Amino acid sequence: MSKITVSATVNGDAADFVCDATETLLDVLRDRLGLTGAKEGCGTGDCGACSVILNDRLVCACLVLGAEAQGAKIETVEGLANGETLHPLQRKFIEHAALQCGVCTPGFLVAAKSLIDHNPDPTEEQVRYWLAGNLCRCTGYDKIVRAVLDAAAEMREANHAA
Amino acid sequence: MPKDGGIGASTKRREDVRFLTGKGRYTADITLRGQTYAWFLRSEVAHGKINSINTTAAKAMPGVLAIMTGEDFAKMGGNPAGWLIQSRGGETMKEPKRPVLAHGKVRHVGDAYAIVVAETLEQARDAATAIEADITELPAVVDMAKAVANPANRVHDEIENNVCFDWGWIEDNRAAVDAAFKAAPHVTTLELVNNRLAPNAMEPRASIGDYDSGTGDYKLYTTSQNPHLSRLLIAAFVMGIPENKLTVIAPDVGGGFGSKIYHYGEEAAVLAASKAINRPVKWVADRSESFLSDAHGRDHVTKIELALDKNGTFLALRTETLANVGAYLSNFATVTPTFLHGTLMAGPYKTPLVYVNVKAVFTNTAPVDAYRGAGRPEATYSIERVVDKAARELGLDPWELRRRNLITKDMFPYTTPVGLAYDTGNYQATLDKLIEISDKKGFEKRAAESAKKGKLRGLGLSTWIEACGIAPSNLVGQLGARVGLYDAATVRVNATGNISVMVGAHSHGQGHETVFAQIVSDKLGVPASSVEIVHGDTSKIPFGMGTYGSRSLAVCGSAMIKAMDKIIAKGKKIAAHMLEAPEADIDFDDGAFMAKGTNKKLTFGEVAFSAYVPHNYPLATLEPGLEETAFYDPANFTYPAGAYACEVEVDPGTGRVEIASFTCADDFGTVMNPMIVRGQVHGGVAQGIGQALLEQAVYDNNGQLLSGSYMDYAMPRADDLPNFTVDHSCVTPCTHNPLGAKGCGEAGAIGSPPAVVNAVIDALHRAGHTHIAHIDMPLTPSRVWSAMQK
Repeated sequence: MSKITVSATVNGDAADFVCDATETLLDVLRDRLGLTGAKEGCGTGDCGACSVILNDRLVCACLVLGAEAQGAKIETVEGLANGETLHPLQRKFIEHAALQCGVCTPGFLVAAKSLIDHNPDPTEEQVRYWLAGNLCRCTGYDKIVRAVLDAAAEMREANHAA
Repeated sequence: MPKDGGIGASTKRREDVRFLTGKGRYTADITLRGQTYAWFLRSEVAHGKINSINTTAAKAMPGVLAIMTGEDFAKMGGNPAGWLIQSRGGETMKEPKRPVLAHGKVRHVGDAYAIVVAETLEQARDAATAIEADITELPAVVDMAKAVANPANRVHDEIENNVCFDWGWIEDNRAAVDAAFKAAPHVTTLELVNNRLAPNAMEPRASIGDYDSGTGDYKLYTTSQNPHLSRLLIAAFVMGIPENKLTVIAPDVGGGFGSKIYHYGEEAAVLAASKAINRPVKWVADRSESFLSDAHGRDHVTKIELALDKNGTFLALRTETLANVGAYLSNFATVTPTFLHGTLMAGPYKTPLVYVNVKAVFTNTAPVDAYRGAGRPEATYSIERVVDKAARELGLDPWELRRRNLITKDMFPYTTPVGLAYDTGNYQATLDKLIEISDKKGFEKRAAESAKKGKLRGLGLSTWIEACGIAPSNLVGQLGARVGLYDAATVRVNATGNISVMVGAHSHGQGHETVFAQIVSDKLGVPASSVEIVHGDTSKIPFGMGTYGSRSLAVCGSAMIKAMDKIIAKGKKIAAHMLEAPEADIDFDDGAFMAKGTNKKLTFGEVAFSAYVPHNYPLATLEPGLEETAFYDPANFTYPAGAYACEVEVDPGTGRVEIASFTCADDFGTVMNPMIVRGQVHGGVAQGIGQALLEQAVYDNNGQLLSGSYMDYAMPRADDLPNFTVDHSCVTPCTHNPLGAKGCGEAGAIGSPPAVVNAVIDALHRAGHTHIAHIDMPLTPSRVWSAMQK
């Protein structure tokens, strides 16, 4: 089977890769680009552990083909922090202890970032509905929801100050 | 006030940065040089006779490196059950061999009977489809009652009636219990199902086998809660290889909830395949395989009876349970429905007479084993449901009925009629705390507000207890355990004064790396940042029994304390030598060694450095080095307890239940890190609410799993749950371990299901549906609505 050559932007960097036509974007990220932050929790788009942002849209990387990423801008959990400086969401997840085993966490962070990108001032209900596509078996969501609300508030304040 | 970073501080989790930046290293994230990929061929029928398996065509497929079937493993040992249970008549339980891969027969959908190894996963999967397996389907044994009643239909040919054991606890009490029931003024009876659950850790199981032909060493990376136990089982029982030639590494593990305690056949298969092809072999389960082949939880059918006098005093309690163990005995399958269930049947109550009967039943379904709470949720659910029903029948307030029967604080230590000795507790205190923090007084007002919205509001509670800190080896040995249940820790003070602590417990979400460092910091007076916790690698850690049963702190934490006591004792010897003072005059406090009555003082770091640079040591009496190991075997179980309240709103038009609030008042003994404890309770409650309202692993009559994906198995999601109110300020420290800790990991999952169901029944009764005595979990809209129509 002939391979497909793809050029994309991943976390701001140019990324060229070769993949099979059947290969998912998740497999490409994990196996070809070494970005193992996104996890496969189900492979059917039901758990959100593989959430990435593709051209400003939140997607399950397990439901996107690698070949579809041609020319796309992709954001993964690895791109959230700026060097050693954590993203406000990452900091608030630590402050609230909004994670336990950590497997669903990259997906929640990316999904929450996408929410705040679209809606900087979400209500608790909006956070719960937006994150309903991401499964967490450890936390019961309480601390995740609080961390996201807290991060959104801090980011609004920072934007306001700027 | 807790010391900064010490016991009682809400120290932020040091694990989190790696998880939050995508740097966690889980088994599926590991790629070894020359790695190959495995795919397991699994049975599509629940029960079948394997006539032949032809792999010739499959072996010729592109990229295929090896195919092994159950026959290739037939000479290996079986994966044993961890506890040998005796039946009421004295016979020993039936223990059919559980092979690495099925041969002769397949016994449940998902039962693996071949492993295909290829250069790529796709090639392995494609080749699996070319294997020609001639399997004659046999009638499936699915329903437990039918399994027991129909001797012709057998999961294992040699086991009549499919009964593993018929256990009575305590058999000698049976006649007295029966007599009490005969004489009782009131008996409340309830038949209920404790629904079967799929554990669903978000990380599916995964294993990489890596055999080194140069040294003859095997290495296994695997998703395990207890790497040493896995190593012991694989080496000594299954593969028959020297234990010291196998290293088991459980790196970051993405949740377990019980399902990753056990050794599974895939682990031995990838090791054997790696040896066969002399390359690493990696297998990662997809979610479908997880549903089909991970050990499930619960699955009890119980009849419970409670005898009371007219004042509501509990006189006796009696249960009969059928417990599903699935097609094979998983490692803890036999202890879960017996000693983790029957011994809890007194609950937090003074019930003087209790008798429990459990029949464990083989069926053509996935193995059933311990899942968060393991036996104790089943016990608590049965008790707390029948107590609620009794209150209604007698016209008593369910809160008041419980209070009348709770063991009081002056009664500790308290020996129950089912063989446990509760060391300490204060069940009234947690009940009072619950009444306060759940604003019970305001319920009627909230109910009126719900009514205005057309919703039926209900309030339910449970008062629960569990036995944790598993377990005293002497006791469990008498009860049939085939292992000891101590734990171990090695404290290595490095020459520069920082500390590595190697522990037998395994962290897969619990935050041990943070909390254990807090304990070391507190005890040795060193900064927590100078303490590193090492876990999960059998080549580094002492032989400990891993993490389950809310045991890590109570058992492994105590081992750490013991090891640190030895470090301090050794440090005193060194300090005595350095300060030229008698050893008896050396005190240790807050990180410093001092000679009594002098101002001579050494820091912990100075003593450590001296231990490794012993230039003028009296070597005959003082050994260099500062490293100590301790094993701690608990004197008793620990007994966390608490009281939970749930408020629900039921939509009468659809039967949909919404959790309006959930409140927990727990006594976990001494708490090390309140922030982490709250998270543990949240997670447990979420799983309990999931069991009560959403989740069920359903097999059809042919043994096909109908709920084998997230489209069919309803997991609790962010929009299904409220924020929780949790409190652990009622503290009665455990009396027999040095930390005073009781354990908190399973509490939420144990106490919450009955609180939810009691709340729904309460809502329905308040709305006049007084004919509804019970609805089985999960309380789906369809079940609730249907009950309301009768």
